[in-house]
Amino acid sequence: MNYSSYIALIPLLPLAGFLMLGMGGKDRFKGSAGGIGTFLLLISAALAAYTAYQYFFVNGKIQDVYQPVTALKFTWLSFSENLSIDMGIVLDPISVMMLVVVTFVSLMVHIFSLGYMKGEERFSTYYSFLGLFTFSMLGLVIASNIFQIYIFWELVGVSSYLLIGFYYKRPAAVAAAKKAFIVTRFADLGFLIGILVLGLNGGSLDFNTLVERLTDPQSPQLVDMTATSFLGISVITWALTLVFIGGAGKSAMFPLHVWLPDAMEGPTPVSALIHAATMVVAGVYLVARLFPIFYFNHLALQIVTWVGALSAVIAAIIACTQTDIKRVLAYSTMSQIGYMMFALGVSGYGGEAGLGYTASMFHLFTHAFFKSLLFLGAGAVIHLVHSNEIKDMGGLQKLMPVTHFTFLIACLAIAGIPPFAGFFSKEEILLAASLHHPIIYYIALVTSGITAFYMFRLYFSIFWHKKTDKEKQPHGEGTVSMKIPLILLGAGTLLAGFIPFSSLVTTDGIPYHSEFHLSFSLLPVALGIIGIATAYILYFRQNDRPQRISSTLGGLYQLAYKKFYIDEIYLFITKKIIFNLVGKPAAWFDRHIVDGCINGIATVTASISSAIKGIQSGKVQQYALYFFGGILTLAILFIYLWT
Amino acid sequence: MSEIPVTHILFVSTALFFIGMYGLFTRRNMITMLMAIELILNSVNINFVVFNKYLYPEKLDGLFFTIFIITIAAAEAAVAIAIIINLYRSHHSIDVEDATEMKY
Repeated sequence: MNYSSYIALIPLLPLAGFLMLGMGGKDRFKGSAGGIGTFLLLISAALAAYTAYQYFFVNGKIQDVYQPVTALKFTWLSFSENLSIDMGIVLDPISVMMLVVVTFVSLMVHIFSLGYMKGEERFSTYYSFLGLFTFSMLGLVIASNIFQIYIFWELVGVSSYLLIGFYYKRPAAVAAAKKAFIVTRFADLGFLIGILVLGLNGGSLDFNTLVERLTDPQSPQLVDMTATSFLGISVITWALTLVFIGGAGKSAMFPLHVWLPDAMEGPTPVSALIHAATMVVAGVYLVARLFPIFYFNHLALQIVTWVGALSAVIAAIIACTQTDIKRVLAYSTMSQIGYMMFALGVSGYGGEAGLGYTASMFHLFTHAFFKSLLFLGAGAVIHLVHSNEIKDMGGLQKLMPVTHFTFLIACLAIAGIPPFAGFFSKEEILLAASLHHPIIYYIALVTSGITAFYMFRLYFSIFWHKKTDKEKQPHGEGTVSMKIPLILLGAGTLLAGFIPFSSLVTTDGIPYHSEFHLSFSLLPVALGIIGIATAYILYFRQNDRPQRISSTLGGLYQLAYKKFYIDEIYLFITKKIIFNLVGKPAAWFDRHIVDGCINGIATVTASISSAIKGIQSGKVQQYALYFFGGILTLAILFIYLWT
Repeated sequence: MSEIPVTHILFVSTALFFIGMYGLFTRRNMITMLMAIELILNSVNINFVVFNKYLYPEKLDGLFFTIFIITIAAAEAAVAIAIIINLYRSHHSIDVEDATEMKY
């Protein structure tokens, strides 16, 4: 029962790594940084796995219900008797699951980077940033308090910024880092306001208390928040929507997704860790944390559902047209996160009705495996061909057998082909959608077909497409440290689907047994196979069919290729509208009014002082004369005016 | 024996004060200026002693003040001469007109 003895070590070890490697600068741990970081994370991951075992199988259940356990808690900042910011560690099914996911994927990325980042000038800086990120992400998932989540939320944002801009000499990387930071910061503004509204009206920042109060229809807080309305929408809906905006920003949901594809400027292992498996699912995690409250608010839940579904389908369409391998994966990530979001949206509460919730968490879990595998595989490919463009690849299946094989597994998993992990989680999501929301179900079906198509477009383009050209490649597949994570993640992708998730993670903690419906699975699997077959016809061998199709589609293809011009719309709004209407007047005010006041004061002071500076002549006797004159004046005043 | 009237002594001290003042303003030699300052101080001392004697003969406050001033004047002279010596070392002159660096 006693987790408190070691649980704090899980986040603190990566923090120690960050401090140690960060303090050492880029030279002290030049050779050993990777080893140190990996070793610390290995311990952390082992502890997380042990915690998960303890929680799920030994003592997490009380009378067959998984109870949240507060392993550690102290008040950090207290505002009033009831309202305080606590720092704590809460273990419940989803946080324990996230602990395992984050530490495992982070460990894989640490190991992979040993080979991938070898010889980088800022090698130890890289590992210290990885440590900072892992610490922040772990702090985020175990947070007991919504403000604690916010603090770590910003910390992961900072580490993401640092790692995207790791190659800070490349202007594109700097721009991407800034873009990611600004867009997510903008969304976090909503999150912060949401927190404040929740804290003000709910009277607490603690998750458990909030959930308890805001799910009880009789509680004064909920009654008050439902009765009060702002712009025709009740306060509770506002609060949840604002919190969801924060989550949507971090999780790259439409229309706040623009930063994610650009974030691919960072090193590829970083994309695998932050922009595929862990940080970007923070939004889903946040909604899942507050899920009971969302469930009782129909409108907010509808927003979550539609934003998720729209993101899923839009991202999938864009992914079909992109030519940068990492951008395809980025859009695919966005699409899969969309799946998780709307799975939460269509979920019910309690027992089997909570299938969507379970499925969302399940998909989060399996997605972490196969998507980080895809990214690391892409990293290995990029390492070999030194290019991100699909057209520079092709025919690599003989050159990189391990990468090829694991990449294939991951593609099959994301396409939803049994018996790989993605199949099981996606089936559950589709099942939940079909039970609660038919329109969403059809959107999800179409998306899953498109997903299969673009993933295999990528796969065939990289590994087949052309004849193998052995002479051109200077070196082989990569070091052993790059292959091990691929193999381990591949094994995870093969096996993760068989975990009976519904008996571990449910809305109310009560395990149930989920049925497997063979007849239901036929349609999605068939769609997946059609997608794969289409990709096979178009991309297995070099031919001009893709060209012909894209020119037939013409404008539609261009629309998708240009990512629906969302970036351009943002630029138009910011540069043309906000800049002209707000920025320019503000700049004018600053330059002429604010600066004018300050400059005016300075000018007046300067002219007065130059007028009177002659008094300070440097002649002692003149000073004595002034002194005497002053005394004399005072004396005269005293003599004649003293009464 | 008739006492010297207080106005006579005050006349002496006033004369001494203005002689010192005149010396302070007109002389350029710092040692002479220092001597002028001593004259001013001594005129004040005379005032103290005179008023003490003529107005409050039973008290000694004025005399004490005089002794204080003499002591402080001695210390002040030491400091002033130290300054003058340093000035001479850096400027090779003790003319105040030559030391005008501290102007605007």
